Amino acid sequence: MFAAATLLAAACATAPSDEEISSKATATLKASFKPAGQAGLDRLDQDETQRTCSAAAGKAPARDIATKIEQANLATIRYPADGKLVGDWKNGEKIAQEGRGKQFSDDPNGPVGANCYACHQLSKSELSFGTIGPSLYQYGKSRGNSVEVERYTYGKIFNSEAFIACSNMPRFGHKGILTEQQIKDVTALLLDPASPVNQ
Amino acid sequence: MAIGEPMKIRAALAGDQTEVKVLMNHEMETGQRKDAQGQTIPAWFIQSVMATWNGKAVLSAQWGTAIAKNPFLSFKFKGGAKGDKILIHWVDSRGDQRTDEAVIA
Amino acid sequence: MTRLSWLAALAGMACASLASAQTSTTDEIAKYRAALQDGNPAELWEARGEALWKAKRGPKQVTFEGCDVGKGPGVVKGAYAELPRYFADADRVMDLETRLVWCMVRLQGYSEADAKKNPFGNGSDKRSDLEALTAYVTSESRGVKMNVALGHPKEVEAYRVGEKLFYYRGGTHDFACATCHGEDGKRIRLQDLPNLMKTEGAQKAYTTWPAYRVSQGELRTFEWRLYDCFRQQRFPELVYDSDAAIALTTYLAHNANGGVYDGPGIKR
Repeated sequence: MFAAATLLAAACATAPSDEEISSKATATLKASFKPAGQAGLDRLDQDETQRTCSAAAGKAPARDIATKIEQANLATIRYPADGKLVGDWKNGEKIAQEGRGKQFSDDPNGPVGANCYACHQLSKSELSFGTIGPSLYQYGKSRGNSVEVERYTYGKIFNSEAFIACSNMPRFGHKGILTEQQIKDVTALLLDPASPVNQ
Repeated sequence: MAIGEPMKIRAALAGDQTEVKVLMNHEMETGQRKDAQGQTIPAWFIQSVMATWNGKAVLSAQWGTAIAKNPFLSFKFKGGAKGDKILIHWVDSRGDQRTDEAVIA
Repeated sequence: MTRLSWLAALAGMACASLASAQTSTTDEIAKYRAALQDGNPAELWEARGEALWKAKRGPKQVTFEGCDVGKGPGVVKGAYAELPRYFADADRVMDLETRLVWCMVRLQGYSEADAKKNPFGNGSDKRSDLEALTAYVTSESRGVKMNVALGHPKEVEAYRVGEKLFYYRGGTHDFACATCHGEDGKRIRLQDLPNLMKTEGAQKAYTTWPAYRVSQGELRTFEWRLYDCFRQQRFPELVYDSDAAIALTTYLAHNANGGVYDGPGIKR
């Protein structure tokens, strides 16, 4: 790792503290962007979770901090009012393949996907998959279809940090990226026995 | 415009063969792409290429829309000596053309 | 050649960690990348950049030969390997692209708005002079070891700010640079991701930009790479020559120290 300590030695005795650098960094960031398309400067504002996870600087946060983040994010999960958590896997596959949505270059009225394949393996036939996240191939087959599994799966997609603080995975429901129906459809992609993920 | 942009040509002797490598500046628009407004971008591509060695033709090619933008052409021919002149000439679908030369190193 | 041995290592890395069906896919891609290395259209940008460097331009009709990019006026050899750096006349740490704009304004008499109006080109009728100039100046550091010194307090600060920005999680998707570039052996779809937190990854990545991006049909600079990463992170638009762009560049360039600069490169 690149120790800031040796760099401080190179600078003069009145080097800024870590807190001062953090403030400076945030101010620099906000002064270095301009709004474009659907992305306003408000996207640079951090919530408590983002701020805490940024401070962790790539390492896992301490257990007590991690628990607080997980509890706070767990509280945000909204399950469907009709109690039905599993939708249409065919739509789920489309959502998993769709990489557009929320970028300033995207049509705000255009498709919004989850881009699951960017980070995960899902169906066996899709060879173009990323490895930032674990393989989800045979996800449902290995977990079954209990209510608990359905609630965990839906919840994980809704807000991944409810289960792993500072997870790299976007919080698709909490941040308003996917609609309720879309989350149901991706849940189906993972759990429906007929889904290509479970073949 | 493409006419003002020179090709990069390298020609080197390797045994009794000369290897020529050419990088051309050209949009090579296929005519299949659409712009942001949904309008088709008109086709514009190199249609013929000719290479000569000391005035003698060593390569002649007819190109189409499958050739990439800023095309790279590499070929060998038997013969050539240091200092000999290699000339590359192309004509595109708009009737624009370009000739550049290099010496064999 | 450095580039080819890196590609072989890339293919090797891919083979070691995947099932057999995957190995053939990533192997084929590695072969494609290896084939691309011959005949890099970036040379066309380098040639255009050299012509622009030596031409009398702007309201003052002056060449770039009086422009100091860190090693003295007009000295281009090895300059990119030492950037970003502090410039006393601007009292600011600057990367190459910012310094080129500085010279266009101070020496050639352009307004800052004019100098910056087309940083990223788009086709033969919307060519970017800045991309061409960047291609030329960076090509003059080919074979030189990266050596970004952090001697001046502002250089140290730029590095530390850049490091904080690297971990800054934000936007709709909570992405930071570290989200994709903080671990070994990861990829997004089939695009391998360098671990920029480690020397090896930083060196491999930083020494191959700017690069001719085949999918763009253009030569793209490091500031373009940052701008495009932020776009995909769902952030708003990174401002050209902004302090954040310079800070992140300082962080990554210094992390790449010791790596042999091998640009301009060619990428998919």
